[in-house]
Formats: sequence, structure tokens, C-alpha cells
Amino acid sequence: MSGWLIRGARIAGGPPADIHIAGGAIAQTGAGPGAAAGAQVLDADGLVALPGLVDLHTHLREPGREDAETVETGTRAAALGGFTAVHAMANTEPVADTAGVVEQVWRLGNQAGYCDVRPVGAVTVGLGGTQLAELGAMADSAAGVRVFSDDGKCVADSLLMRRALEYVKAFDGVIAQHAQDPRLTEGAQLNEGEVSGRLGLAGWPAAAEEAVIARDCLLAAHVGSALHVCHVSTAGSVEIIRWAKSKGWRVTAEVTPHHLLLTDELAEGYDPVYKVNPPLRTQADVAGLRAGLADGTIDCVATDHAPHPVEAKETEWAAAAHGMTGLETALRVVQAAMVDTGLLDWAGVADRMSVRPARIGRLTGHGNPLVAGAPANLTLYDPGAPPEIVDPAAHASKSRNTPFAGMPLPGRVVATFLRGVPTVLDGKALDGKALDGKALDGKAAR
Amino acid sequence: MCALRPQTGHHDTGSHDTGSPPVPPGKPVPPGKEVLSPDEIRRALTRIAHEILERTHGGEGVILLGIPTRGVPLARRVAGRIGEFEGVTIPCGSLDVTMHRDDLRLRPARALGRTEVPPDGVDGKTVVLVDDVLFSGRTVRAALDALNDLGRPRSVQLAVLVDRGHRELPLRADYVGKNLPTAQREVVHVLVTEVDGQDSVLLSPGGGSR
Amino acid sequence: MKRHLISAADLTRDDALLILDTAAELAGVAARPIKKLPTLRGRTVVNLFFEDSTRTRISFEAAAKRLSADVINFSAKGSSVAKGESLKDTALTLEAMGADAVVIRHSASGAAHRLAEWVRGSVVNAGDGTHEHPTQALLDAFTIRQRLARQGAVPDGRDVPHDLRDAGPDGRGAALDGVRVTIVGDVLHGRVARSNVLLLSTLGAEVTLVAPPTLLPFAVGSWPCSVGYDLDAELPKSDVVMMLRVQQERMTAAYFPTIREYRRRYGLDAGRMALLPGHAIVMHPGPMNRGMEIAADVADSPRSTVVDQVANGVTVRMAVLYLLLGGAEAAS
Repeated sequence: MSGWLIRGARIAGGPPADIHIAGGAIAQTGAGPGAAAGAQVLDADGLVALPGLVDLHTHLREPGREDAETVETGTRAAALGGFTAVHAMANTEPVADTAGVVEQVWRLGNQAGYCDVRPVGAVTVGLGGTQLAELGAMADSAAGVRVFSDDGKCVADSLLMRRALEYVKAFDGVIAQHAQDPRLTEGAQLNEGEVSGRLGLAGWPAAAEEAVIARDCLLAAHVGSALHVCHVSTAGSVEIIRWAKSKGWRVTAEVTPHHLLLTDELAEGYDPVYKVNPPLRTQADVAGLRAGLADGTIDCVATDHAPHPVEAKETEWAAAAHGMTGLETALRVVQAAMVDTGLLDWAGVADRMSVRPARIGRLTGHGNPLVAGAPANLTLYDPGAPPEIVDPAAHASKSRNTPFAGMPLPGRVVATFLRGVPTVLDGKALDGKALDGKALDGKAAR
Repeated sequence: MCALRPQTGHHDTGSHDTGSPPVPPGKPVPPGKEVLSPDEIRRALTRIAHEILERTHGGEGVILLGIPTRGVPLARRVAGRIGEFEGVTIPCGSLDVTMHRDDLRLRPARALGRTEVPPDGVDGKTVVLVDDVLFSGRTVRAALDALNDLGRPRSVQLAVLVDRGHRELPLRADYVGKNLPTAQREVVHVLVTEVDGQDSVLLSPGGGSR
Repeated sequence: MKRHLISAADLTRDDALLILDTAAELAGVAARPIKKLPTLRGRTVVNLFFEDSTRTRISFEAAAKRLSADVINFSAKGSSVAKGESLKDTALTLEAMGADAVVIRHSASGAAHRLAEWVRGSVVNAGDGTHEHPTQALLDAFTIRQRLARQGAVPDGRDVPHDLRDAGPDGRGAALDGVRVTIVGDVLHGRVARSNVLLLSTLGAEVTLVAPPTLLPFAVGSWPCSVGYDLDAELPKSDVVMMLRVQQERMTAAYFPTIREYRRRYGLDAGRMALLPGHAIVMHPGPMNRGMEIAADVADSPRSTVVDQVANGVTVRMAVLYLLLGGAEAAS
């Protein structure tokens, strides 16, 4: 095995260049150097090369809900979406609130080999919101947890939130908050607005998110800790985060692909494939989120990939589960929402989908510029591929609950390399077993 | 709500026994050869009025029930003639048969005509059903069923302006304005002033689809 | 919308008038010696009730039976639904039984909408969560038209394009142009209010909602109606006042402080009723909380249409079932 020569790729949208990969790292980049002997050649004419995408917010469902997703199927989906690292959320069964569970998830990720799996640890025991989980033990475990979140639930108790923010300073951790005032959103089904009023669905007010974000920013400032805001969904939230950043506070934020493209009008037919938490908002919110991502107020795109079995969605709206899959469509959605609209260039996409999320997740092996010496984690993407209708049946995820089903989306992920080894070639995932021991180097993940 | 939208125009034409397409009021006269003129219609109704008087011994206990749409004004005219001849008032009403039809499921749901029974009801009366055209006989069968739900007449008779043949049920009319030999696919249009602005009976070749 | 009745918004003005006029004709059936028509013989109507509502179920059952349909009552209690069977599986069961129409009452908004995707027959929404109850709105519109037409009651000097007084004693053919309807109470959780606003405005009525602001939906400003908080100010201008049931458990969720305060500000008692014009009528979809949103002497007054509403419920539902099931399946 003498590596790869990727010919003519536009690195982060720049001019065409060749990329030599050897020994799991990028050996050399530039125009027109000759092929090293024995290297496999990949013609990347017209393709954009991005540093391997990093997802800060993925639900892999294992352990506990292997009917919806497993680490293996979820990471294969991630690789097909161009990701080389994902952060596995803690709301599994059992909850990832101990060193044992996070190590199990981390090991499963290594075995699957499609991308690096960074477990997220729960902030509170059982996501119960009353007692801190053993954050230090998880940080010290083989999984090396740095991101902690009760995602799915909000750490609503102000004192507990303050303590969590403070406590993780000891190991450079970050609290990723699912911002949702629980009282204001009891039974909430859909963004509180014209559509929820018309459909008779209990409203999820924007203020219930914004109030918690404002409080958390103040707490993070007060104790000098790092706060990460999960799935920002309103224009008002963007304003608050912009204000907090202007103060120099350590606040970062993510937005999901679906909040960048879809609105609450889609709930019109009561199809719960559009049911998600936080809910789809209005066109004005979409505009605010796009602007926030474009100017960097929102640091990154995170999928909140939330697979659910068919029966959890084939039901009446109120009884259906929250959540949408997103790994396999994320980059295409970002192209549609941000690049094709002129809001972000490919260098910006590289920053928002790889560099910054890697930095927030304290991942040194990912999110590096594609220069000589960097780990060869990269994604080759064809933005010029003719728009193709999203077909959930063709997805590698075990679940089919994509809100983009039936929608044409531009672009195509052509190849993904994890430390020099392709996990995806020609848009097809390679057999994980074949990658075993090649792409795999647990410690290198950090 | 397509299912809630009935056929436009006259709800019972087209579904009616005439085999005629809907003719909304005030719309142009359908093409066809006139087989009864206004005068002939007038004379036919006069004759029917006389026959009813004869057959019912002076109209004692008779009520006329027109089948909407065009049977209703025809019934009123016959009742008016009887009043002129004998000075008796014959109670007159209408009997909608839509809900009793046997072909409901062949076409979209249609709006209902009115059923208005004279205050004394039909029990023990001689009910004369009045319709414009007698064709298959299915409308009359539906009318007999509808009447059955309203009470128990002493007897039921049938008066029609035109009998065009092609019966599909063992029925006959007691009073006929004109027997009109037709081909099955031909269409008979009865126009009455109260609905259509003029009196006429037209025969047209009809379309293959009807 | 094709073969279902899920929202009052599905009805055009012509659709709504057709239903009301059909109901006006069918009202006569109740007075006949044989209160039954053969129209839906051989058709099966399933009453699928996930929520207890005896009065609505009985009304639909009577309507279906008067049209000779076979009626199957399927209530969630004690059935497989109570054991966790999904709405979809229930729908497939009904489908296998050959239901021509499914009348569904469900606690979840949108349940009727979802069901319509899974069954071939017509779906009639008999109340879905806090969304809609279109047949209630139809029977309310029918009752308004009937009562005002009978009383010859639209006041003089007002510009009423299609005067109900010219429509004859049952109001047939008339819409509700210019009729002022005030709907009072819990609009937020009220499917009756939502359907009525949509239907009555389609028929030309001017609808005003009166409620504490906590019980009005967010963005109610986009609805085809006006909004007020002062009942006493609205009553003198109202031809119709419709009182909605207020559930006492709303108090615990801080929608209003006490029953006493609600009654004082939004309850209809004899004193308030006196503010209404002489011809105005008082409606309530039932079941009433006497002494809460409506005083007993108001509920029993000659202005009250509560009993008419129940009787009209059967005829309006007959009209809906006939128009949905009486013909061939809609082509589109």
C-alpha cells in the first residue's frame, strides 16, 4: 500500500491541486507533481476537497435502541455524508453517564472503523437533571470525553448548570446545552406561531430557547467556562449569542441542516417526519440562522442526526418521536442553504463543518487544513452533481426519517478518507471489515 | 371537496329518467327537433286533467305530487286546469326521489330536490305522481318507495308528459301526454317555462356516451 | 380535499351551502312516520372514538342509521387500542372490514388527517385534539340560519347582502352574510371555535372572539375574525353569542386565576344577556358547565338554541354522510 494520489481537487474550493496521501497523512499538496510509485490515483477533477467533516451532535442509539441505529450503521451513514468524526450523544439506554458506557460506545466506533466516534457524556445522572454524573471519570476514561450534554433534555436548574460549567474547567471540558425551558414547553409540539395556532398543536415558543441561552451565557461568563449551545433554532437566539460573543465570552453554537432549510409550514399535513426538537421555525428564523452561520456567530453545522424506527413516526403527531436523520444529507443541505445562496464559500464550509467543530470537541486529529503533515482525513465532494431526489430507502442509516425525502438536493459526496484510508469511494461505503486495523487508531483520534 | 359538489345545474336532470343532459335555466336551448310545441303541451296537459277527473270521479281525494324538477310545475299546471274545469282545489306537492334511487353510486352525490306533501298527508288519498318523461321506469320505482315512507295512499297513479318507451321495469303510465317512439340513444329534452323560460319538447340524436 | 371532511377550511362557500341546504331538506325526515331513508343501504360507517364523547357518537350513529348504513362503534376503551395498538394498525383493521366511512374522534390534533392517509374510505373528523370539529361548526351554522330566518331577525338598517328574511322559514339557500357572531371562551383548546371561525367566515358572518388573552391562540391575529377582551362591549352588537365550555383544569395551568373571576368577566348570566339585541340567540356546543360560562336561566331561556343544536346535529351529519357516501366515489 503506497497511498493515494488525488488529482486536481479544489482544496476548500481553491484552485485545482494534487494531494498525495501516504502513511495516513498528507505527504504533499500542490499542482502537478508526479505520482509516487504504486500510489492509487483518484481523478478529482471538479471536486472540492474538504477536511473530513466533524459532527458535534449525532445520536447513534447504541446501546439500547439498536432497532433505530447502531454505531456501525450510524458511522457508515456518517462516512457517506463525508464525516470522519462524530460525537455520539449520551441519551442512550443506559445513558452514557459513566466511564463504562462511554468506553463501550468508543470501542464500538473503533470496531466499525468508518469514522472516529467521540462519546458525549451526560451532564446529570440518567439525564435526570438533579445530580451531576461522574464527569471526571468519563473525561479520564479511554474515551477521553470532553463534551458533556443532557441533549434531549435541558439542564434547566440554574445552579446545576453553573456547577457543571465550573466543574468541567478542570479537564478543559465544554457543556453542550439543549436550551429549552421545560415549563414553557410542556406538551409542546411545534413552533408557537401562526401554523401551530391553525393546526391546534401546542406551541413551542422561541422565548423558551432564547431565555435559557441568555441565562447560560451569563453563567458561562460569570464562571469563565465554555458553553456550547446545541441546535440553535431561532433568529433571537442568534442575536443573544452574537451579543455574548461580542463580550468575549466563551460561547459557541451549532445549527442543524434542517433548521437552515425547512420551516414549520411543513407540519401542515401532520406528518411527524417534520417533528423535531427544537421545532422547525419560520422563514425569518431560517434567514437569521443562515446569517449567523455566515458571519460566524454560529460556529458550526451539527446534524442532530436522530434516527427513529418507522413506528415512532407512522402515528399521530403528538404521539410521534422528535427527530430527523441528517448525516447523509448534511453537506448537500449546506450547499443548498449556504453555498448556492452565496452566503458561504467552500473555505467557509470547511471551517463550519470541520475546523470549528473539531476545535469545540477538542479533537486535534480532525479539522486541520489539508496541508502536508496533516492527518489524511478528508472529503471529496462534487458540488456540480445534478440535484438528485433524496430517497430514504437508499440511506445507510437504519432509519428512514429524513425530512428531505422527495426533495431534490444538489451535490454528491464522492469519497471520504479516514487517516489515509478510504471509507467511501465513488459514493459507496467500503466494507467496514476491510478497513479494520487500517483506518483504526484509537489514540490518533484525538 | 369534489365529493360534496353535486352535478351542476339541475340536480335531477341527467340522472333523471329522461335520459337528458342537464339544462340549466336561462342557458341556450339544446339542439334537437321539436316534437311538442307549446300549444301541444298545453293541450296534452288539459287532456290529462280531464282524464284524471274522469278516472277519479271528479277528483275526490286526489293529490298531485310532482317529481322534481320539471314534474313539479307540470303537476301545478294540471291541478290548475282541474280547478278551472270543476272549481275544485286539488292539493299539489312535490316528491323528491333522490335518496331512493338505485343508481346513486353510479354518479357523484347530488343535491336534493324538495319534498313537500300537502298538509293532510297521503294516507287514504289517490296520489297521482307527475313527471316529465317516462323512460326506464326507475324514477317511478324510486318515487313509489319514497311515497311508501310518507304514508299509505289508497291508490297511486302516474301521469307523464312524454312516454318514450324502453321500460326496464314492469310499469306503465295511467295518463300520457304523448307517446314518442325513440331510439335508446336518443335524448328527450322537456323544457317548461317555470324552469327553462319556455315550453318545448325536443328530441336530439344524443351522444354515444350517454 | 377530496372525499374527506377533516377541516372546515376544506369547505368552499358552495360546499357549505350545499350541506346546509341538504340538511334543511333532510330535517323533514324526522317528522315523517318512517324516519329512515334507504340511501346508504349496504354501506358501513365506523364510529372510531378514541375519546369518550357519547353525544357526538350518538349523533353520528343516528345520522348513519337514518340513512340505512350499517354502523360499527369502535371505542378505544377496552379494545386493542387501549393495549397500545397504533392508529395505523387500527386503520388497517377498519380497512380490512370494508369501512366506507370512518368517523374519528381523537385526542391528538391531526389524527383524522393521518387516518385519511391510511384508509380508502371517507374520513369525517368528529373532533381531533385541539384542532377542529367541522360537523359541530356546520350544525351551528345551520342552527344560526334556521333561528334567524324563522325570527326574520337580521335588524333593519344593516347592509345584509342576502337577507335571511327573504330565504323562507328554514333559511334555505341563504348564507350568513353580515351576521355578527361572538364566540366566548377557551379558543386555544377549543376545536369548536377553530372550526366555527373558519366556516362562519366562509359563509360571510363577522366573527369576534372574546376570551382572556391566555386562552387565545398565538397569532390569532391572522385568523379571519376580530378579537376582543370585553364581553360587555361586544354583546350589544351581536346577533349570535356562542359560549364555549371552559374546563376547570385550565385554572391550575394558570390560564385564569379563579372560576369566580372567569365567571365575572366572561360568563353569560341574565344581566349580560339583557345587553343582547332582542333577536339575538345564545348557543352552546355542550356539554355546558351551568354556573360557569353560562348561567342556568340563560341556558334555559327562549334565546337558547342548545336543544335545537342537538336535533340539528343529526340532520347536518346525515347531510355530510349522504354527500360523502351517497354518490360514486369522487374521481379525484
